[in-house]
Amino acid sequence: MPGIEALVASKEIVVVCGPGGVGKTSLAAAIAAMAAAHHGGRVLVLTVDPARRLAQALGLTMPPDGHSAPDRRAALPRAQQVPVRAFTEAGAGPRGQLWAEMLDTKLGWDNLVSRHAPDQATAKRILDNPLYQNISGRFVQSHDYIAVERLYELHSEGDYDLIVVDTPPTRNAVDFLLAPERMSDFFSSRLLRVLTVPYRSRFVDLASRPFYYVADRVLGTQFLEDIAEFFILFQTLSEGFVQRALEVERLLADRRTTFVVVSTLEPVPVREAEAFIRLLPAKKLHLGGLVLNRALPSYLTEGALADRAERLGAQAASLAVQLCAPGAPLEDYEPALVEGVLAEIGANFNNIAVVAKREAAQRAELSRAYDVVTSVPELDEDIHDLAGVLALGRHVW
Amino acid sequence: MAGPPLLARKLLFVTGKGGVGKTTISAGLALLGATRGKRTLVCDMDAKGDLASAFETGPTQFEEREVAPRLFAMSMDAEASLRQYLSLQLRLPRAAAARPVTRMFDFVASAAPGVREIVTIGKLCWEVRERHYDLVVVDAVASGHVVGQLAAPQAINELVQVGLVRQQTDWMLEILSDPARTGVVAVATAEEMPVTETIELVSRLKTSTSVPMAAVVVNRVLPELFVIREEQAFDALAAPGAMSIVADALQGPASPLLDAARLMVRARRSRAAHLDRLRGALSPPAGPQGLPLLYIPYLFLRSYGLRATRHVAAALAAELES
Repeated sequence: MPGIEALVASKEIVVVCGPGGVGKTSLAAAIAAMAAAHHGGRVLVLTVDPARRLAQALGLTMPPDGHSAPDRRAALPRAQQVPVRAFTEAGAGPRGQLWAEMLDTKLGWDNLVSRHAPDQATAKRILDNPLYQNISGRFVQSHDYIAVERLYELHSEGDYDLIVVDTPPTRNAVDFLLAPERMSDFFSSRLLRVLTVPYRSRFVDLASRPFYYVADRVLGTQFLEDIAEFFILFQTLSEGFVQRALEVERLLADRRTTFVVVSTLEPVPVREAEAFIRLLPAKKLHLGGLVLNRALPSYLTEGALADRAERLGAQAASLAVQLCAPGAPLEDYEPALVEGVLAEIGANFNNIAVVAKREAAQRAELSRAYDVVTSVPELDEDIHDLAGVLALGRHVW
Repeated sequence: MAGPPLLARKLLFVTGKGGVGKTTISAGLALLGATRGKRTLVCDMDAKGDLASAFETGPTQFEEREVAPRLFAMSMDAEASLRQYLSLQLRLPRAAAARPVTRMFDFVASAAPGVREIVTIGKLCWEVRERHYDLVVVDAVASGHVVGQLAAPQAINELVQVGLVRQQTDWMLEILSDPARTGVVAVATAEEMPVTETIELVSRLKTSTSVPMAAVVVNRVLPELFVIREEQAFDALAAPGAMSIVADALQGPASPLLDAARLMVRARRSRAAHLDRLRGALSPPAGPQGLPLLYIPYLFLRSYGLRATRHVAAALAAELES
């Protein structure tokens, strides 16, 4: 594939997405850091919940462990610039600037409400409503929408030449893509409008309608009325929200936006990543790359080495005697111990080779299906500084 | 306060950060339960189809299906579950309930946070109470979302003062808060974020819900190749003199074989620190007393699916006995 370099040079937004636990956050940071190091301009990485050491590598300050993710985010300012010094120390005098921001879901919702409410009093009533607080703080799918919404806001403010987005953990990778559509569907749902009408009129006898009869028996009138009141308020936001969700969708489908899908070579993530990729054309979205992360090195699949590993196992005893003989290189060691070490080396190779071969077959299959596949090796150490971020970035660049 | 043995509980919610293998662990726990003679239900909460592939069966559906002797699998469907609930509770014929309920569900589930959650959690509690499963294993949503889901019955119980839902949440909470019957199994791998999320999960579960933890499973534990003296021998082996002797015997260079061993040693070592952090956070006095940690080895298998599930079940059995 042409590599991420060509891709980011021609795009304004890179959305890094894929199944959970495959290293999206690190790769998003790596792509952004490489762009800042090699291209000019201002680059932002919008991230959700980075690992402590990655956050430190980006110069983000983090409160101690044990705080929940939302608490960690709340304690932080919005965008922070990664110091130039961090780049020079990593031997990469940056041409541009690297900024990092952590997504704040609660703040994102509050901003949306304030922006679209007809007046301040309505905004305040919504913000104070317990149901709203429940939705914005705990509603499990709200991350997805707020991430794209914040992306739209950042892009339209125009402060950055390139924005790399690390997508939030969703139940399913496709949730992220469907978020704007779900939001606009929800607000334009005729049902929602119909349902809130009776509560605005005191002349409708709810109990006479079978639907409300059921609802009332299940939830209780008071709760239904609370919900209805909330939605009557929320309806005032409807037009702005729907409009905005459509604009957000357009931005994702724009030529300036590209999607980099990340997966490992394990069967389950690959299945989810492929389902995600299949959805892209239908939504008119652009697949810029498929990164196969944490791949085992290819030498592990060589047949000649597997033969040698077999021989090592079979000849471990005689080899150990030879190696531990007086004057031989391992004369200080017990032959039995060395035999164990040799056998272990052989067995380990065979073990890893099984996984490496499965991965290689998977990679070959994906490379036939998509022409934008690149692999990143499993790195020995966790990333703890910008040099580590850049080292990861060089594998996809 | 060490709880009862893991498989003595009836309702296990298996969660963990995305990618740690919670579906495999759920499948392994369920298979182990069924093998030990328990009538077992395993439920996929996010309908990605991973559970079906762990048993190599066709797609799981809301109606449970026997996938192995005594082992039934289903996938959660909030709407179907509400429909079932209404037909039972309100004595509405299912067909009659169907249409208005579908429409209402759209409204209620979107409007009232927590309703979707209690309908699904409620279904699981009901299976425990009414259907006489000995064990219900839930392949739950990822740790970032599961607290919200498990906290929902409590939240709804506080919001809704009257009505059927209130009565229902009362008995659900009774089951969910009972450590003799219910427990959360957190799955982690010995890596930075999975460990961090597990520690967070344990503390958030305690502050936001009354659902007890049952165990932490550390998945994909890499083998320890060498003890210290063996490692010294390994280093001596890597010197040119020894390598040429080995190369002669193997009819070719042996250094890639040693590289592969180093790869494994380093990977295990970088994980050890995270494992220590996990143990430190979970052991007394900082963590809950006696929360069992179960270690499942990395499986060097060509295939996934049922064979892997069997290996995991066997590893779990060995860990539970030790």
